[in-house]
Amino acid sequence: MQDLATLVPRLRAIAGDEHVITDEVRRRTYESDGLTYHAEVPGVVVLPGSAEQVAAIVRLCADEGVPWVPRGSGTGLSAGALPRADGVLLVTSRMRRILEIDVPNRCAVVEPGVFNLDVTKAAAPSGYYYAPDPSSQQVCSVGGNIAENSGGAHCLKYGFTVNHVLGLEVVTPDGEIVRLGGGPAGAPGYDLIGAFVGSEGTLGVVTKITVRLTRQPEQVRTMLAAFDDIEAGGAAVGAIIGAGVLPAAIEMMDALAIEAAEAAVACEYPAGAGAVLVVELDGPAAEVEREYAAAEKLCRESGAWEIRVADDPAQRALIWKGRKSAFAAVGRISPAYIVQDGVVPRTALSEVLRRIDELSAESGIRVANVFHAGDGNLHPLVLFDDAEPGAGERAEIVSGKILDLCIEHGGSITGEHGVGVDKSRYMPRMFGQEDLDTMQLLRCAFDPEGLCNPGKVFPTPRLCGEVPGVNRGVHPLVESGQAEQF
Amino acid sequence: MIKELAATGARLRPGTADDAVGGIVPAQVASPDSVEQAAALLAAAHALGLRTVFRGAGTKLAWGSPPQACDLLLETVAMDRVLDHAAGDLVVQVQAGVPMARLSGTLGGADQELAVESPVPGGTVGGMLGSGVAGPRRMLHGTARDLLIGVTMVLADGTVARSGGRVVKNVAGYDLGKLLTGSYGTLGLIAEATFRLHPKPAATAYVTATARDPGHAAELLQAVFGSQTAPSAIELDLPPGGEPELAVLLEGTPRGVQRRAGDVGKLLGTDAQDIEAPLWWNRLPGGDTLLELRSWPKTLGRVLTAVSELAASAEVKAVLRGSAGVGHFRIGVSGEPAAQAHFVGELRSALGALDGGVTVTDAPDAVRGLVDVWGPVPGLELMRRVKDRFDPGWLLAPGRFFGRQGDGLGQQGDGSGRESVGGDG
Repeated sequence: MQDLATLVPRLRAIAGDEHVITDEVRRRTYESDGLTYHAEVPGVVVLPGSAEQVAAIVRLCADEGVPWVPRGSGTGLSAGALPRADGVLLVTSRMRRILEIDVPNRCAVVEPGVFNLDVTKAAAPSGYYYAPDPSSQQVCSVGGNIAENSGGAHCLKYGFTVNHVLGLEVVTPDGEIVRLGGGPAGAPGYDLIGAFVGSEGTLGVVTKITVRLTRQPEQVRTMLAAFDDIEAGGAAVGAIIGAGVLPAAIEMMDALAIEAAEAAVACEYPAGAGAVLVVELDGPAAEVEREYAAAEKLCRESGAWEIRVADDPAQRALIWKGRKSAFAAVGRISPAYIVQDGVVPRTALSEVLRRIDELSAESGIRVANVFHAGDGNLHPLVLFDDAEPGAGERAEIVSGKILDLCIEHGGSITGEHGVGVDKSRYMPRMFGQEDLDTMQLLRCAFDPEGLCNPGKVFPTPRLCGEVPGVNRGVHPLVESGQAEQF
Repeated sequence: MIKELAATGARLRPGTADDAVGGIVPAQVASPDSVEQAAALLAAAHALGLRTVFRGAGTKLAWGSPPQACDLLLETVAMDRVLDHAAGDLVVQVQAGVPMARLSGTLGGADQELAVESPVPGGTVGGMLGSGVAGPRRMLHGTARDLLIGVTMVLADGTVARSGGRVVKNVAGYDLGKLLTGSYGTLGLIAEATFRLHPKPAATAYVTATARDPGHAAELLQAVFGSQTAPSAIELDLPPGGEPELAVLLEGTPRGVQRRAGDVGKLLGTDAQDIEAPLWWNRLPGGDTLLELRSWPKTLGRVLTAVSELAASAEVKAVLRGSAGVGHFRIGVSGEPAAQAHFVGELRSALGALDGGVTVTDAPDAVRGLVDVWGPVPGLELMRRVKDRFDPGWLLAPGRFFGRQGDGLGQQGDGSGRESVGGDG
C-alpha cells in the first residue's frame, strides 16, 4: 500500500478523482467476485471511462511494476477477478455504452462494461439477439464474458462467447491499444481473438467488443418432461441427440434440486419426479414442429410420465423459472453449498452421476444435481452446514473428487466458470507440465512481466525470460525496419 | 544430419523437385507415423538448426508467403489414423494426416459430419487446420477453429503439448488450438485434433437467383438476412462482366427444407431450387492469382462494383465467389503480372475504405514480387511476440507471414498496397 500511495495521484490524474477509490470501506466492496470465499481487499480501485484511460492506467502499472486485475461486473464464479492487496483493481463498469447496433452487418459494438442482456434488449426491436446467455446475463458484463468465454444454457446449439466475437480492441499488459480481428470474415494472421477470449483476464483487458448478432428464431418450443430418475432422463437425452436433433438447450435437475427450486420459487414441477428435463427447440417453425414431435416421442419412450409444453414466452418463463433459480434455491435447503462446474462426455453422464451418488452416500454429504445435460456440463451443488466445524473442508473434498471423476472420464474441470484462483490447483490433474508450460508461452508473449491478473489459471507461474536474439533480417525492408517477416 | 533424423525411426528420403516449397527443394523429407516420431524429428531438427516446413497432402503449400528456407519437409501422410470416433458424443479424434474425404466417409457411416468444407479437394485435416480454409457453411458453423475442441501439438523443439480436450464445453486453460489454426505451420505442428461433429441433415436444398446488378445482390442478401429461414450458407458467384448469382443452402428435415426453400425463393423472386449445388459452389475461382477478400455484408454492393470496375480498368480478368453471408470471398485474377499487381493494390485500397481487406493467397512469382502479400495485419506486433515465444529460433516455415509495421491499430486502407514490399528474400 505504501508503494501504491505514490500511484494514487497519478491514477486520479488519469481517471478523475471521483473514479479512484482508496477508502477502505469502499475498497472492501470489491474484495471478491461471485465466489465469495476467496477475498482480498484491493490496494486501490480505479474505474476508467475510456480506452485511453485504461491504457494510461495499465502503462502506469507496467512502468511501476504494480500488478493489476481487470474486473467487469464481478459475477464470475472462479475468483478470476480476485484483487491484489498490493495492486490495482481496474473496473470496467463505467464503460457501459452500446456504441452501435448494426443490423445489416448483424453485429453490435459495445464497451466492456455493458451487461450481456442489454445487448439483446437493444437488438430485439430489430429481430436480433446476442446468443451467449450465461445465467447471470442480467448483470454480467460482456467484457467479463470475453475473459471467461462464457457459455449458457443455449451454447449446446449456438456455441460460446468465442464463436460470437468478431473483433476486439484490447489494452495489452504494456499499455498499448490494439485491435484484433476485423469482422465476420476474420482477419489475416494468427487467431488472437481465439487466444484472448477465455484467457481469464491474464492477457490484457478489452475496451471495445464487436459481437455477432443472431436472428431471432421463428419459433421456440420448450418442453418439461418428468422422469422417475436421472438415468431415465439421461437415456432420453442420449436418444434425442442420437436421433440427429440438436435442441437449443437440454437441462436436467435431480430430485434434490427440484425440491430446492420448489421451496424457493414454487415452480410447480410435476410432483414426485426423480428428475426433470427441460428441452428447448428453436428455429424455423417447419423444423421445430418435426423436431418437437421426435423429442416428445423419445422422452416418452425413455419413461417420461408427464410432459408439459410451452409455446409462448410466459409459459416458457414458467418452465425456466425452476431451472434458473436452482443455484440460489439451494440456499433454502442448505446453509451453505459449493457450485461445481465439471464436464463429462455425454455418454458418460449416467455413470458419473451414479458415482457422484456413491460419493455422496459414502461421505454423508448431500449433492444436488443441476446440469446442462446436452453437453455433459455438470453443476453439482455440494451442500454443507458452515456452522459445523470441518464441514466446509469435507464438502471441498467431495467437490474435488467430482472433478477427478470428470477427468477420469475424459472431461474437463470447468465448462464455463473458468479456472481463476479456485481451480488453478486442479490444472495439473488435467494437463501435464509441458501442456501448462506451452500455455505459458502465450502468456509470456502478452505479459512477460506477469503483472496482468497474476496468480490466476496457472498453479505455478513461471518467469518468462528473454527471447534469444534471432537473425530475422533477410528482406531489405525488414532490415531497414519498414517491414517484418515471420 | 541424416543420421540424427533417421534415428527417430521416421521414414526419411532426400527431397526432390516435386517437394519444392516456394522454389526451395528441402534436403530431406520425413514422414513420421506418430506424435512420438514427429516429436523426435522436430527435436533432432531443432538440435541441428534445420528450418522445417509441414505438409499434409500439399494441396495448399503454395499459399501464403513462401518460406525463406526449408531444410526439412515434415509430411503427415503417414499419420493418417482416425483415432476415435465417439459417435454418441458427436466427437472425433484424428491424426493430422487423415484425408478430409476419408474422414467424411467414416463419419457419414454414422450420419454425422465435420461441418467444414474445403474448396480445395484432396487435402488433409492438418492442412485444413494449418491454412484455416473453410467453405460455404462457415456462415452457420464458423470455420475449423469453431469446431476444433482439442489439439496435440509438437513445438519447434519437439515439446509435445495438449490444449482443450475431448468435450465441447471446456474453458480450462488457453485454447492453443485456435492459435495454431490458420498459422500456416509457423508455431508448431498440429499432430492430432479433436472436433465437435454435427448430425448430417436429412435434406438439403439450394435456391439460386441471378441479381440484376451489385446493388440488387446486396438487397437480396439483406432480404434473406431478415428472414427466419435459417440458411446454412449464402454464396455468390460473380463471373467477369456478368451478373452476380446468389445461392442459398437450406438444411434440415425434408418437409422443413421444402417449406423454407419456398420462402427463400419468394424473397429472391425465383422458383429455381435444386438438391444439387450449383457448379461453382465451394470451388476456387481459378485464374493465375488467388486473392482472399474480407468485407462487411452491408458493403456487398460496393465490393462487387469495385471488383468489376477495378478489374476492367486494370485490364485483368477477375472471378469472385464466396460467402456473401459472411463477407468472405476468393477472387481468381488473370492478366499481365503488372496489371494484376496494380489490381491488387487498387482493390486493397478500395476495401480498406470499407473496413475490409485483401490478402494474396497464391500467385505466380512474377506477381508475388510486385505485391505485398498480406497487406495490413491488425495485431501484427503481438503476433510477432507469439512467434518469438513459440519458435524462438524461427525454424518453422520462417517468412510465411509478412506485414508492415504500425498496422496494429487498425489503420487499414492507407492505399499504399501497391508498393513492392514482397519477394521472398
